[in-house]
Amino acid sequence: MFAATSLNRRSYRNQAVAKAVFGLMTVALVIPVLVILGALIVRGGPAISWEFLFTPPVNGMTEGGILPALIGTIWLVVVALIASVPIGIAAALYLSEYAPDNFLTRTINLAIINLAGVPSIVHALFGVGAFVLFFRFGTSILAASLTLAVMTLPVVIVATRESLQAVPQAFREACWNMGATRWQTIRKVVLPNSVSGILTGVILEVSRAAGETAPIMFTGAAAYLMFLPQSVFDQTMAMSLHLYVIATQQPSVPEEIPYGVALVLISIVLLMNAISIAFRVYLRGLKKW
Amino acid sequence: MDNGYAIETRGLNLWYGDFQALFDVDLGVKKGIITSMIGPSGCGKTTLLRTCNRINERLGYVRTTGNVFVLGHDIFADDVEIVQVRKEVGMVFQRPNPLPISIRDNVLFGFRLHEARMRKVPAGEEAAVLESALRQVLLWDAVKDRLDQPATGLSLEEQQKLCIARLLPVKPEVLLMDEPCSALDPAGTEAVEEMIWQLRGDYTILIVTHNMAQARRASDECVFMLLGKIIEHGRTEEVFLNPLNSETADYIEGRYG
Repeated sequence: MFAATSLNRRSYRNQAVAKAVFGLMTVALVIPVLVILGALIVRGGPAISWEFLFTPPVNGMTEGGILPALIGTIWLVVVALIASVPIGIAAALYLSEYAPDNFLTRTINLAIINLAGVPSIVHALFGVGAFVLFFRFGTSILAASLTLAVMTLPVVIVATRESLQAVPQAFREACWNMGATRWQTIRKVVLPNSVSGILTGVILEVSRAAGETAPIMFTGAAAYLMFLPQSVFDQTMAMSLHLYVIATQQPSVPEEIPYGVALVLISIVLLMNAISIAFRVYLRGLKKW
Repeated sequence: MDNGYAIETRGLNLWYGDFQALFDVDLGVKKGIITSMIGPSGCGKTTLLRTCNRINERLGYVRTTGNVFVLGHDIFADDVEIVQVRKEVGMVFQRPNPLPISIRDNVLFGFRLHEARMRKVPAGEEAAVLESALRQVLLWDAVKDRLDQPATGLSLEEQQKLCIARLLPVKPEVLLMDEPCSALDPAGTEAVEEMIWQLRGDYTILIVTHNMAQARRASDECVFMLLGKIIEHGRTEEVFLNPLNSETADYIEGRYG
């Protein structure tokens, strides 16, 4: 009496089809990543050497290394972080811990989400108007980094706010009940328990900022410079723009050089993500609830 | 104004938005004894409890009228600092909520927040405060060798005792307890009840409970609430043996609730 009916069999068949389709879609997601990585390693791998990393390009960028671009990207990212991390964390703390749930707060949240959706070329033009021209920073690391900072702020805010919200409300109530103010609660309980998520957001921002081209192209990055930047008011080369230039603007660059640059760039980003994941796993292990 | 009440409410009404949760509540909670509040779910016991240290108003849509006096002082007066109210009126929740830090840091959290910032705490005082608080909740012997371990590793019963212990170093007068045993097993419930009974006399305790047997064996006075009103308030054995009101009698006999 418990034998399968034809209806059962049909259900199982549909179920098997659904599972197969969803599984294939998931695999399809991974394929582009593997293809890109594979192509970069095969074609760019031969270009990578210590010399490639630590010497400047020579001979119209057709030979030599990428040192100024590498250094420039580090400058840009570090200055962008210094500008955006304090603002982003402060804003997220306000929105999560202080702000009442009202029309204004909801509007601000909407604005942050929209800021994340603004195309990067629009951020670039904003950067030119605001930082290069209005504040008279000129085309400089400062202007480019601030543009990157504005563009990546939503990443920091959203990631920070999510990790703040993940701290159980019971901890806050416990503190308030002992007469702690909101700030004391934040400092002693909320921040220590959300630091892993915040760091993840920061590292995500790093990988995003390191890879962007459009926002820095008009604001502070140059195609080719003879010197390394000495201060934030200098222009600089950058990995992403360098790749764009040698791949599209400069004829007769040997093929393995752009692939090598791309490989270094994607390695930086993946390395950052890996560090972020490792850090999160480590900090999660310390949590005890 | 000392009339023997630790908490006194006069004509207290409370609304959550449009919903009125408390109606003209007049309650006097006497100093130094244990008063239990019973009543069916949604009758306003917890709301009333939470009004006594103003933790309700964190929810923006709560509106109150009337007065709540703690130790004779109106806690809704304009010059009242909410932090000072919460120092005097500690609260214990249904689910133990130890902070994810060590046992020692949990117990000393409030003390460091309030005392240690006003004056130089002599060496050894923290240790004395810690031991005294843990002894009062009958937890000292169980945890004295692992004070620096995370509090979240304790059993639920121990966590709940710890949550009470950490209120004590700031010397509150009143302890509010919102079903403090409902997350515990029978043995844990018994242990926590025993501990609460130990605190009787040193503190005024107002305890909300769903468990009528608990109210009966572990309180001096008993308040019965129904639909946001206080129906009956008297000595616990009187309320249970000779309820004045038929609704109280029906609830106690388990006809509803």
